[in-house]
Amino acid sequence: MLEISKLVKRYGRDEPVLKELDLTVEGSSVVSIVGASGAGKSTMLRCINRLVEPTSGSIKLNGTELVHLRGRELRRARRKIGMVFQGFNLIDRLTVMENVLAGRLGYVNLYQAITRRYPQSDIERAFTLMERVGIAHYANKRADELSGGERQRVGVVRALMQEPEILLADEPTASLDPRTSEQIMKLLQSLASELSLPVLINIHNVAQAKAYTERIVGLRHGRMIFDGAPADFGKEALDAIYGGIETAEDEITEEPGRPAQQGVAHDST
Amino acid sequence: MTRPDQAAAPRTWRKPPFIANPVLRYGLWLVVIVYLVWAFGSLPFNWARISEGLPRAARIFGGGFPPSFERSGLLITGFKESFQIAILATLMGVALSIPFAVMAAKNVAPKPIYLLGRAVIIVSRSFHPVIVAILFVAAVGFGPLAGILTLTIYSIGFVGKLLAEEIEEIDWGQVEAMKAAGAGYLATLIYAVFPQILPRQVGLSMYQLDSNLRASAVVGIVGAGGIGGTLMNAFGRYDYDFAFAILLMIIAVILVSEGISGWVRKKIW
Repeated sequence: MLEISKLVKRYGRDEPVLKELDLTVEGSSVVSIVGASGAGKSTMLRCINRLVEPTSGSIKLNGTELVHLRGRELRRARRKIGMVFQGFNLIDRLTVMENVLAGRLGYVNLYQAITRRYPQSDIERAFTLMERVGIAHYANKRADELSGGERQRVGVVRALMQEPEILLADEPTASLDPRTSEQIMKLLQSLASELSLPVLINIHNVAQAKAYTERIVGLRHGRMIFDGAPADFGKEALDAIYGGIETAEDEITEEPGRPAQQGVAHDST
Repeated sequence: MTRPDQAAAPRTWRKPPFIANPVLRYGLWLVVIVYLVWAFGSLPFNWARISEGLPRAARIFGGGFPPSFERSGLLITGFKESFQIAILATLMGVALSIPFAVMAAKNVAPKPIYLLGRAVIIVSRSFHPVIVAILFVAAVGFGPLAGILTLTIYSIGFVGKLLAEEIEEIDWGQVEAMKAAGAGYLATLIYAVFPQILPRQVGLSMYQLDSNLRASAVVGIVGAGGIGGTLMNAFGRYDYDFAFAILLMIIAVILVSEGISGWVRKKIW
């Protein structure tokens, strides 16, 4: 169970990015976090595994307070929190297998890490997970030889190698084409239920958020302004989150068949 | 497509000047011209000495033809020593440059360590190898040891500086991914930083080997061993044909090593 309460993050003397945010995620639910760029989605996710230092507030994962951890304690906490990134953040020059095993770096000692002598159980787990997402045949390929969708699968497997208690995904589909991003969302959804793992997904694509997650949290200017089931997420909520501007998501979520906006006359001669 | 007003006033365009301020622009030209006139006017060109010197130069070059490879034993011994100096110095210098480069990279080292690392690199770069060689010859005596120490320092300065800059430009996402997995500092360095700088490191090492080979000929002149010493002796004894043979060999060796290093750098990428 993840409990965030009164989380504040302020960069320098600017206006806080997160303003006393409260969020509780129980059980193994898939939660999507939507909001315009700069709303604080990414900052919130990064506060959880402390890639960003929270200014104040409390974040508890299964009872452990994460905000004040340091050194070894912090690393132990981090290995229980898997993270999937927008830009994949794979080690390009290493093989897929090495990337996957890097998810175990919080568990193995330095000698094992340098010599790649990971415990047998880790290697078994790596192959099992890679087979599950369909990348096992790439084990010895260099990570930068893979396509975007395959790379994100490596990213997901790396996160799952940590045996995480929660999975954070920071816009995992934003660098992918629409089809591949659907596949990744489906994968995250089914993995969450298979491993009974809570998943937090930052996402821009509201249609995908509604289709693949059980709960939508809307952020605006560092405050939560929507929290509910996808079915309740209508035009009103969308306007509130994106400031009522007629966004492209409008059309994607509401009426995909509607003809293009008037006034864009490319081919008028 | 043609508009009537276009014919009336043809619009012209010129590249904006590099220095926008005209006073500064023409002022700089004036300064350069005045300096050149002053410099040529005040330098003591002694034409008599130049005309005396030219035949002497011709005699030296004449004496150099044909180059004599008679004492090839000396030649080989000298080159062998130069190679030993260059290779050992490159190995030690490159190995030592890695920790110093990490210390001197702002993004991975804490501030005090960063300043220390920068200081080491700046000091080892501030003196030309010949000056360092004079110091080491005074300290450890004539011979290759002085040469090895000199070129090691030289390599640390050069490779360390460029490598530190490379570390500062790495893709930080990979580092974040390793941190998020709970990896420690050294494991993060080994997984997320070193693979990214590896091609640069190999390229720099090859370049440094080239450079050390050339420099080992120079530091030999002040008594730090190698082919430079042999060359100096040959000149001292007016053995211009042997000296010329040495020069030809140096050119040949540099050409070959440059070819090899270029090939290796292309392969490793």
